[in-house]
Amino acid sequence: MARSRGIWPYVLIAPAVLGTLYLLVYPLVRAVVISLQDFGLRQLILGDARFVGFANYQTLLSDGHFWEVVRRTFLFMASNVVLIMALSTLVALMIERLGRFGRTAVLSALVLTWAMPVIAATTVFQWLFHSEFGIVNAVLTDLGFESFDRYPWLAHGPAAFAILVTLIVWQSVPFAAITLYSALTTVPAELYESARLDGASGPRIFRSITLPIIRPIFMLVLSLEVIWTFKAFVQIWVMTNGGPGDATTILPVYAVQTALSSQRYDLGSAASLVTVALMSGLLVFYFRQMFRQEDELA
Amino acid sequence: MSTTRPRIRRLPLNAAAVITVVVCLFPVYWMVATAFRPTRDIQSDSPRLFPETWTLDHFRSAVGADGFGLFWRNSILVTLSAVLLALVIALGAAYAVARMRWKGRRQFMLMVFIAQMAPWESLIIPVYIISRDTDMLDRLPTLTLVYFMMTLPFTIVVLRGFIGTIPPELEESAQVDGCTRLGAFRRIAFPLLAPGLMATSLFGYITAWNEFTYANFLIIKQQDNRTLPVWLSSFHNVFGTDWGATMAASTLFAAPALVVFLLLQRHVTAGFAAGAVKG
Repeated sequence: MARSRGIWPYVLIAPAVLGTLYLLVYPLVRAVVISLQDFGLRQLILGDARFVGFANYQTLLSDGHFWEVVRRTFLFMASNVVLIMALSTLVALMIERLGRFGRTAVLSALVLTWAMPVIAATTVFQWLFHSEFGIVNAVLTDLGFESFDRYPWLAHGPAAFAILVTLIVWQSVPFAAITLYSALTTVPAELYESARLDGASGPRIFRSITLPIIRPIFMLVLSLEVIWTFKAFVQIWVMTNGGPGDATTILPVYAVQTALSSQRYDLGSAASLVTVALMSGLLVFYFRQMFRQEDELA
Repeated sequence: MSTTRPRIRRLPLNAAAVITVVVCLFPVYWMVATAFRPTRDIQSDSPRLFPETWTLDHFRSAVGADGFGLFWRNSILVTLSAVLLALVIALGAAYAVARMRWKGRRQFMLMVFIAQMAPWESLIIPVYIISRDTDMLDRLPTLTLVYFMMTLPFTIVVLRGFIGTIPPELEESAQVDGCTRLGAFRRIAFPLLAPGLMATSLFGYITAWNEFTYANFLIIKQQDNRTLPVWLSSFHNVFGTDWGATMAASTLFAAPALVVFLLLQRHVTAGFAAGAVKG
């Protein structure tokens, strides 16, 4: 009895550990190995890849085009995250102040938006911004912006970039707003009352009471959105394929294009790992938050 | 505090609420509305907000498209098996972490937390090469395994939390009454775990049902093994400019997720928030 009890926990976690080793750790190690090899289509077929040290990283880091992609990735991430956090904070504050009916209506709308599958949403946005029959161009033209008559959004770099940001913000606000709202509900009402009795203004109350209490969750949502937008791929791949030109090519798109379209698996892996390295830097926040909470639970 | 506020001051607030609802729902509405309107209505320079006449033609051409039933079957097969696999394996691991003392428990949870942040977008190249080397390219079980691994860490974290809230005394007293440890868990704890199982399987279902990247790059030659998201993304290439059929296909693809979310709204918001906040 005592002996079987000693083995049981390890038996129970064994499938999870084995799965992680084969499906996660092994691919990660393979990615590192490939990035240190000369690995193109020939090597994929013949399997005779040889090690070249850090040559791929050198090629990548000395390429001006790559740095352009890195810069664009950060611009893309920052535009998305700033908009997502600002809008979802406002929406969360708004939900808290609404009556019961309004609250249910807004929450249901957010949940429905959240449930919309990425591919379906991307397809719908292509349709909304269709140059000839899209509703956006029709409305803008009706409002008197004649220049939007048949405006080909996806043919202009900045416009395509803006549509992708709109799409990702639209998809991301629900999760952030609902999470922030659930954080807001934990703020004790007495704190608000006493602050109001002291004559504090709305913004002052937000800064001195609301923000400190919801800060941990706010930081958590912020970190998650940074990670998620940094590795946005599907929307871009399906809508613009990184184009026009490479106006919407960010790191994950660049890595896949390099590896699977140009068959430079080595350079693609190196680009992926640079992405992971950059993201890990951004992840420090998330880690700190997580460990703090883990200690509270333990 | 809202009742004391004069009605006029609530006007901007209510206007903001209406705008939020409209902005959230309009793309969803426009997808469904386009799917139901006749083609001449779709290809008009001044689209109407409400369709004048309704038609099911687009749904017919979407359902009648090549392989439609096949791709549904593939998606359901892959999604269900990935979710079930993750549930069974995570339940064992979560039980070991929540109920047993053993060496390496903390390290195991650390591994789970790190795995939860796995950079899946960056692993497509090695996974592609490994699948090719092991003859697993173009096969549905490959997708099942990848989706299983994507959802496993979250499932372990949430189930561990739920098991932790069930007092072990309940099971112990059942064991005193003659149940085995497994029997006690199955009869006492399992029913109490229902909300946790629901939240995690919903998460797994959404992840697997929607996944595009791996489905797109691991299923290349065997077009019959494609899943719905990939089919949908290639849809308007096949149908040219048939936006009605494309929107009908999108509606059919999105409907299961929309319906499930609406039905489970309360659990969804609570479960996802808990899962996200806890790890």
